[in-house]
Amino acid sequence: MAITDVPAFAHLTEADIDNLAVELDAIRLDIEDSRGERDSRYIRHTIAAQRALEVAGRLMLAAGSRRSAWWAGTLTLGVAKIIENMEIGHNVMHGQWDWMNDPEIHSSTWEWDMSGASKHWRFTHNFMHHKYTNILGMDDDVGYGLLRVTRDEKWKPFNLGNLLYNTVLALGFEWGVGLQHLELGRMFKGRDDRDATMVRMREFSAKAGRQLAKDYVAWPAVTALSPGATFKSTLKANAVANVIRNVWANAVIFCGHFPDGAEKFTKTDMAGETKGEWYLRQMLGSANFEGGPALRFMSGNLCHQIEHHLYPDLPSNRLHEISVRVRQVCDKYDLPYTTGSFLVQYGKTWRTIAKLSLPDKYLRDTVDDAPETRSERMFSELEPGFGYTDPATGRRRGLRTAIATVRGWRRGKRVEKRAPRLAA
Amino acid sequence: MTLLPWLKRRTYGTVGYVSRTTGAAILKLGQELSLGKKYSSSRPSAVLADTVRPTVAGSGKHPGWDAARAIAERITTPLLPDDYLKLANPLWSARELRGRVLEVRRETVDSATLVIKPGWGFSFDYQPGQYIGIGVLVDGRWRWRSYSLTSSPIKGARIITITVKAMPEGFLSSHLVGGVAPGTVVRLAAPQGNFVMPDPAPASVLFITAGSGITPVMSMLRTLTRRDQITDVVHFHSAPTESDVMFASELADLERSHDGYRLRLRSTRTEGRLDLSRLGDEVPDWRERQTWACGPEGMLNAAERVWHRHGIAGQLHLERFAVSKAAAHGQGGTVQFARSQKTVTVDGATPLMDAGEDVGIQMPFGCRMGICQSCVVSLVDGHVRDLRTGAEHEPGSRIQTCISAASGDCVLDV
Repeated sequence: MAITDVPAFAHLTEADIDNLAVELDAIRLDIEDSRGERDSRYIRHTIAAQRALEVAGRLMLAAGSRRSAWWAGTLTLGVAKIIENMEIGHNVMHGQWDWMNDPEIHSSTWEWDMSGASKHWRFTHNFMHHKYTNILGMDDDVGYGLLRVTRDEKWKPFNLGNLLYNTVLALGFEWGVGLQHLELGRMFKGRDDRDATMVRMREFSAKAGRQLAKDYVAWPAVTALSPGATFKSTLKANAVANVIRNVWANAVIFCGHFPDGAEKFTKTDMAGETKGEWYLRQMLGSANFEGGPALRFMSGNLCHQIEHHLYPDLPSNRLHEISVRVRQVCDKYDLPYTTGSFLVQYGKTWRTIAKLSLPDKYLRDTVDDAPETRSERMFSELEPGFGYTDPATGRRRGLRTAIATVRGWRRGKRVEKRAPRLAA
Repeated sequence: MTLLPWLKRRTYGTVGYVSRTTGAAILKLGQELSLGKKYSSSRPSAVLADTVRPTVAGSGKHPGWDAARAIAERITTPLLPDDYLKLANPLWSARELRGRVLEVRRETVDSATLVIKPGWGFSFDYQPGQYIGIGVLVDGRWRWRSYSLTSSPIKGARIITITVKAMPEGFLSSHLVGGVAPGTVVRLAAPQGNFVMPDPAPASVLFITAGSGITPVMSMLRTLTRRDQITDVVHFHSAPTESDVMFASELADLERSHDGYRLRLRSTRTEGRLDLSRLGDEVPDWRERQTWACGPEGMLNAAERVWHRHGIAGQLHLERFAVSKAAAHGQGGTVQFARSQKTVTVDGATPLMDAGEDVGIQMPFGCRMGICQSCVVSLVDGHVRDLRTGAEHEPGSRIQTCISAASGDCVLDV
């Protein structure tokens, strides 16, 4: 039933958690003190390269009549949109570059190239998702009010369509993100504040309207003037580029919180939460994936989701070096550090979504010990005082060892169950 | 129920994000938490500032250009055409005023004139005596200071000049005098200030300057020369030694070529400071003159006293180069909320967000823990300190009010 007591789940004492906070704060200070010209050049060059890429894509679409030119232009545009949304837009809006004091690269001024309004995103994402990360009923990113992504949520016949909804959401992700703050579900149930909804509706439609006019009217019309392109060819290309961006953004974001091992929490965790507990919740609720520099860049450095959640406002180009130190902290406190290859992590999110389209009676694991959600109750059979530091080796027995121990027992039981059958 | 007034104050009366029902919703959340209920329909609230849309300097002057822009913006939205063009040439953008440093000309040992070619959107119709803001990229950060223009406003001119004196404690001034290479692109803020020479100029003028206080007056002198309006100008200028006098040869030339310009140079290290109460000894008709004075605080205060005593304060024009400094660590100050026109004195540990809310201002807010950037506002003047890291923020930066406290007196754009 999701984690209700973070310290108990993590096998850490209050003092441990305070120390953890001090160590994680120290990493933040080191990075803040060393921000400088190199980082500033990185984001300025990234922005320049992204705009050049976008112009190149648009030019290819306008100039070339061949099928290969169409594909080259479409892919280039898709990549440019991905970079704009992920490595630039998402990170700028988090205030990662506010320290430069440049009004053109600032969280308070950035409007991104997608249908949702930045203002709404700063509420649903920066505030709700990053403060109340993975808390059921508060962080709308847990399933986006559409998918059943944890068995903490009661099964409804509607959930049978989980795989279909996820496919549709992935293809139209920018619209899912853009509409999130309008809270359509509440609106239809009449549980919203009508005045506030109307204001948001106006803001959203103004932004979405401009985006639609650009990609589906203005650019097709401009390129139609060229002998190489037609209105329709550009319109199609822009639509495909948007879908490429949607599917990729969706995949990266889902890899952040829905692979096995990314924990879910209940509202009780929030009451009187200390800084250290907040850090812990961010670490336990997020998952990374591994990749080289190209994958890191194309994911907006969100392959370092854990580090991003610990330090949402530190520059993305520094998350890789931060991850080395965060891993050391995890090792020290024997905390899990959820990561894997991109394809494995993404596959796991689909597997969970597929499984959870079924009612609980078809599921093997309980709400206290399932791949996508666990609670401190999974450790009820462990002896009290399990988490201690071995005086000889100095190694701590904590959450990671505890999970491995309980898993070992379960595996053992399963083998036992199967064994007699095999003998017979 | 003691919570209710608190909620009321924070959530009532705003447009859009926080509704009258939200306060009740948060109360409900509290009740549900205490009852241990797992799910609820209540939502935390926030007051978000609108995303600041880019503005274009100089719009509204050429309807043709504005129309062309509006069309181009259809295909560049959410960006402006300028955001792409500036990649080809940094000066091809009117979104932020920019300029390129063409030349750094030494004036004295510790001062230099920067010749700057402004980019799109800069208007050359400033008045002699006004100052501009100049932003320089140092270690990845844009840092801002204001300097008097020393050039004369000419329609069709392509360049402006500022003259900067390196202050011992002034980090940016030293950088400008010694470390800016020609070709560097700087940011500019539109010219402003009331310390200006009218056109036509008054018949008789008195200038009293000291040190770098001569800079705005230099723009006035150059303009008067160009307009041929130097009829009767007396100029007292003080500097520590003769070699510290900025524009020394130009002033000497001016004195030679114009009978109406009389210059009295004073080396304060040997001659001592100018005694303003004995001004009549040198300029018997000083009371009849329009006077412009610029220099150290002490000199300006003395001038104010003298002119006031003679009941001619209206004839004295002053320019103060105020340098705002951060207060000692942990010290608060008086916070002025410019838009709400409210002021409050706080200690160095109170977040500015709380300070504003305590005097009834609807501050933009979100997470209240420094992660969501909902509460970012401009720091117009003074310094603030980041409560998490102790880092100081300068005037001209944008700050998160939930984790910043006053570090001396400051002014916020809320």
